[in-house]
Amino acid sequence: MTEDPHTAVDSEAIRLRLGDTHGATMWRSLDEIGETSAFGDYLTQQFPRFANQFQVDRREFLKLMSASLALAGLGACTREPQEKILPYVKAPQGAVAGEPRFFATATTLGGFAMGVLVESNMGRPTKVEGNPMHPASLGSTDTLTQASVLGLWDPDRSQVVTRKGQISTWENFSSALGRQLIGLARKQGEGLRILTETVTSPTLAAQLQALLARYPKAQWHQYDPINRDNVYDGTRMAFGEALDVRYRLDKARTILSLDADFLGAGNARVRAARDFAQGRGAGGRAAMPNRLYAVASSPSLTSAFADHCVALRAGDVENAALRIAKLLDLPVVAPDAVVGVAEDWLAACVRDLQASRGASLVVAGEAQPPFVHALAHRINHALGNVGVTVTYSEPVVADPANQGESLRALVRDIAAHAVDTLIVIGGNPVYCAPADVRFGDGLLGVPLTVRLGLYEDETSARCQWHLPATHALEAWSDARAYDGTVTLMQPLIAPLYAGRSAHELLAMLGGGTLRSGYDIMRDYWQEKLGADFERGWSTALREGVVTGTALPEKTVTTRGDLPAHGPAGPAGADDSSLELIFTPDPSVWDGSFANNAWLQELPRPLTKLTWDNAALVAPALAKRLSLQNEDVVELTCRGRTLAAPVWIVPGQADGVVSVSLGYGRTRAGRVGNGHGFDAYALRPSDAPWFSRGLQIRKTGKKYPLATTQHHHAMDGRDLVRVATVAEFDQNPQAASGPRHATIPIGTLYSPFKYDGYAWGMAINLGACIGCNACTIACQAENNIPVVGKAEVARGREMHWIRVDRYYEGSAHAPRTHFQPVPCMQCERAPCEVVCPTEASVHDSEGLNVQVYNRCVGTRFCSNNCPYKVRRFNFFQYADENTESLKAQRNPEVTVRMRGVMEKCSYCIQRIANGRIEADKAGRRIRDGEVVTACQAVCPTQAISFGDLNDPASRVKALKASPLDYALLGELNTRPRTTYLAKLTNPNPDLKES
Amino acid sequence: MSPAISTPANDINESRLQVLKGAYSYASISDKISDIVLTRPTHWGWVAAFSLCTALTLLFVVAMAYLFYKGVGIWGIDIPVAWAFAITNFVWWVGIGHAGTFISAFLLLLRQKWRTSINRFAEAMTIFAVAMAGIMPILHLGRPWFFYWLAPYPNIMNLWPQWRSPLVWDIFAIGTYIIVSILFWYMGLIPDLATLRDRAESRVKQIVYGLGALGWRGEARQWRRFDTAYLLLAGLATPLVISVHSVVSFDFSIGNTPGWHSTIFPPYFVAGALFSGFAMALTISIPLRAIFGLKDFITERHLDNIAKIMLVCGLIVAYSYVVEIFMAFYSGDEFEKYMVLNRMRGPYAPIYWVVVLFNVVIPQSLWFKRVRLSVMTLFVLSIVVNIGMWLERFMIIVTSLHRDFLPSSWGMFYPTFWDWAILVGSLGAFGWLFLMFVRFLPAISISEMRKLVREKKEGEL
Repeated sequence: MTEDPHTAVDSEAIRLRLGDTHGATMWRSLDEIGETSAFGDYLTQQFPRFANQFQVDRREFLKLMSASLALAGLGACTREPQEKILPYVKAPQGAVAGEPRFFATATTLGGFAMGVLVESNMGRPTKVEGNPMHPASLGSTDTLTQASVLGLWDPDRSQVVTRKGQISTWENFSSALGRQLIGLARKQGEGLRILTETVTSPTLAAQLQALLARYPKAQWHQYDPINRDNVYDGTRMAFGEALDVRYRLDKARTILSLDADFLGAGNARVRAARDFAQGRGAGGRAAMPNRLYAVASSPSLTSAFADHCVALRAGDVENAALRIAKLLDLPVVAPDAVVGVAEDWLAACVRDLQASRGASLVVAGEAQPPFVHALAHRINHALGNVGVTVTYSEPVVADPANQGESLRALVRDIAAHAVDTLIVIGGNPVYCAPADVRFGDGLLGVPLTVRLGLYEDETSARCQWHLPATHALEAWSDARAYDGTVTLMQPLIAPLYAGRSAHELLAMLGGGTLRSGYDIMRDYWQEKLGADFERGWSTALREGVVTGTALPEKTVTTRGDLPAHGPAGPAGADDSSLELIFTPDPSVWDGSFANNAWLQELPRPLTKLTWDNAALVAPALAKRLSLQNEDVVELTCRGRTLAAPVWIVPGQADGVVSVSLGYGRTRAGRVGNGHGFDAYALRPSDAPWFSRGLQIRKTGKKYPLATTQHHHAMDGRDLVRVATVAEFDQNPQAASGPRHATIPIGTLYSPFKYDGYAWGMAINLGACIGCNACTIACQAENNIPVVGKAEVARGREMHWIRVDRYYEGSAHAPRTHFQPVPCMQCERAPCEVVCPTEASVHDSEGLNVQVYNRCVGTRFCSNNCPYKVRRFNFFQYADENTESLKAQRNPEVTVRMRGVMEKCSYCIQRIANGRIEADKAGRRIRDGEVVTACQAVCPTQAISFGDLNDPASRVKALKASPLDYALLGELNTRPRTTYLAKLTNPNPDLKES
Repeated sequence: MSPAISTPANDINESRLQVLKGAYSYASISDKISDIVLTRPTHWGWVAAFSLCTALTLLFVVAMAYLFYKGVGIWGIDIPVAWAFAITNFVWWVGIGHAGTFISAFLLLLRQKWRTSINRFAEAMTIFAVAMAGIMPILHLGRPWFFYWLAPYPNIMNLWPQWRSPLVWDIFAIGTYIIVSILFWYMGLIPDLATLRDRAESRVKQIVYGLGALGWRGEARQWRRFDTAYLLLAGLATPLVISVHSVVSFDFSIGNTPGWHSTIFPPYFVAGALFSGFAMALTISIPLRAIFGLKDFITERHLDNIAKIMLVCGLIVAYSYVVEIFMAFYSGDEFEKYMVLNRMRGPYAPIYWVVVLFNVVIPQSLWFKRVRLSVMTLFVLSIVVNIGMWLERFMIIVTSLHRDFLPSSWGMFYPTFWDWAILVGSLGAFGWLFLMFVRFLPAISISEMRKLVREKKEGEL
């Protein structure tokens, strides 16, 4: 339903002109129309592949003409791309015309691919699922991937080519570029610079190489604000070459994270979470559950899940790593003690690591300097882990050059007027370059600056040409996963606007001719896939992976000349000043998701803040500086100052203030502008992740922050039930606690009978890492509206499944528990009895269904719901006016109006689909056939769903586990959703501090 | 009648405690009361009050229009506090109505003669208060245009309301209440309307009052039927004093929310209703008797009696507060215990303590006759109790909801401008209706007052 204004006007004009003519004049009119330039543009837009074949004979022309006239009326509709794209081989929910179809493709983050299956409803991509065959996904995804589909339909995306802010065309750009290329060719490309984000795409890399071969003096720069420079520099330090590191968390029994957040960030986060949960044991007591130690500067998903976690300043992690190396008798110079970590903690950790030699793992965080990475490699080597839990391969990225250095070199050259043509492909360097690099300053002096981007953002504003880029779901491309596996990315839909892909732009740069991404891709892969190309191509498209492209393991040898201590000297960087650390934002990442309302409104896993970032401080620091939440402070670090609101976070290292990147956008779009503060303004290029010498000054002002959870303690209520593995072994009921036996209270109403199905859910708290993927998957599946910051602050967020986060223990080193809470679908539902209009009713399969068009909005059901999972449309929240957002919605789920209550339905539309399929085959729905959105997305498979009437169903088995318990079971609501208590695996030698 | 009158009382002047002061004949009684409606020029106090109430009524209309246009989101409600001002107002207004019914029906059955001079306007107060109360649940709906779905009516969906929901019971309770109240009030008005018809000088008034009088001629036969019917209606209305607010209390006690789920709620709510209702009766009667010179009819005796009833009701309310606290700890239910402590120490603690002060502590001054006979003090006290009872309803609703079972879902309620606009607007509309009533209908029953004159003469008083 998208409307490109130009297309619409053109087709309208053509129709009008045709409509006025009749009979014999018709043929003449067609020719006349065909000769106008407007029609040429129109045709180019509608059929980009044929644009260069526009010089056609009369017969060919008429063929095209009839097609375009037939489509003129449909021109405003969305359509699948012209080229042959192939549905996924095992479409999870059948592939009948009129029903949703699934296509395998990938989305990327920091260049690395996440294999996905995208649900397409009549040509409209509406929902992203993980691709079970893709190594980075295994069927699950994360929040950013889930939200990518909203990014596609974002009405704020740039839609036209602009030159110096004025609307222009691709043709104009093409001729301008052509003129420039003539000069460049003469100079062998001197002065031509291309700036990209991290590139893993083999095709794009080949194109870049070809371009550099054509213009030998041109240069390619890369910059991603959240990059893997430290990883590659670490392997350079340890092994003399840049390598990619892969962890096999499923094989690790003892894991030590050195400020690493492998569960929440990193290029394999979803796979890591799956592997980690597998090592922990799925829904029960694993024979050898893993144990996680974490050293963390600011709490992350990884540190929150750790069995033992110490908070340490990021700069002190090096000392801790050295100390561990020392205890392992490695030749290092280590301090005698590490301030902030008890020696017996380190000793116990080392004993554990040694006890599981060959099955232990030390992971260094991407924010940690290369030296810590090198140390981690040495420790892993010393523990015999290399080749088992940690493996190495050639870099997955096309060029593992240091990106910080790459950007600095570019800026130096711009300042020296050595650049006359700059092509910025993707990214947003004006916004996200480090503060001292001042990337934006020199741009205006470059004779030709071209920007290909999804949005007309801060960078576009400083470039002469802005070219609209295609979204990952609209263009042909390819990308590698963390292990090198290539996915051919196929478009789900023709470009909504006049966008082109990076491949197409590079082709223009190379030859000046327009080639479609499809041709470019096929040309590249023709070579690689060899003899049986067509079959290889179709298989790769169907499966979402190109088999055999994973990079092989590489045997490494540690360099002999490793430094015994870090660059700051044997004592490390030891001063007591405050430390400022930068973190990727869980929602907007580096800022590129700033205009994504789903992500903005998604509570951050630990702070539960929405719509803003904040300066996170430890409770102790807040007390010393008498800071309270929402107090605005001035952060001054290395001469740069920034005002930011404070948020107090238990588990934060004392002496550390962490700020997340990606906020304070000014040209993100209507959703992203004006939220939070821009941490890049403080970020130095030589220390992009943390630096010392931070000063805080309280300004006395307040900045309101919107959080979805105000209370963090369970107040002695047994909501999240936890036991250690040892306690569980002694008494299997230890964790699930007293079973609230269903009290046989007499009732006036006859109990429900379930002859068919009885749906139920089990949520394994022992596997939930709190990543929030379920919340956003549910939002995408169930057309859940976004309400905005002010409404969230009022307590009116609409998420059907939320992840509650509770702290236990001391504020300095709390234990963190997550609890996803969807509707409990109670057997004796308190909501049902109080609804006066029968809008909340029990169905024959045990669901508490909400009948939207019967609801008058008394809200009594919400008051009476002890779990508070019901959500009310206080206003008309669903956007009924924005055309592109209409196209995003799931056609199987009602869009709710103002004044009605809504809540989790166990994805009843998916149950209905499963029932239709089963009925057609004349059988019952099989276990695992109906998968709820939250269950499908969960990286750790913490959620199980199925039929309780099926004695063999997985959910039935889980509910028989001694860990199973009902939340607030004492209320006799008899919930269908129950929890498996969390099992932790702490070291018995370590008493909790 | 009342022994307090026949036995010479202490130092207080006995004449002040007469039910009817002065020497009135049938004619002078009729003059005095009907003149307010028919001849007496408008008092400046009435004009001032009417202007204010008109302004507030307009605010009410604007607030409702904006509400229907935008949705209930203009209020401060949220999840978990999905009910707040509208339901507080509802419960409070229904409660206020109860005093009127109690005075006109309950006291009639108990043959309390002193009710005569206050029953008419007290009953008008009931009707207007229940009207305000009746609006509130409709305003509070997410989709108010479908309010009739709560009522059983034949429809093509073949659906009836869900009978287990107390909100459906509410429809019946409030519906019955407003119908019986209007009938009872109108019945009582018929002889007076005839009087006004006969005394009115303008043709329009004669016709209008004449239509309302339904051909009343004051025959003995008519009087006989009238008395029977009036007594029967009183018999119908009397149980409503107990039942209506009991049903209203089910809106809460049927729910499982700590602070709501309690068997004490029906008597607790009824006592609270009478408490606030009699307070409102005082708030109205004190200026009424001053402005229209009705101090001979509404005497200190009436104020004293109302104050005594308030004292009793206040004590029942106080007892309920204590029982609630006791039961929370006696039950050992952690959620109930937390709820009680949260009321006392949580973010809404000031409201709790104001409620205790206004509804329990200050009303104890009514033990003293000196206080009961001081008109100004009573007036202030009645307003204190009105505020206290409104806050009590607010406390029960909001502090119970805002922190229930899962700490993750706890929240706060902060009223918005529109919350206040609806509350203040409803007060204005109530006042507006009442002031109109005072100007166009006899605020005191003429016919019953004539009976009182006879009874006084015959020494029955």
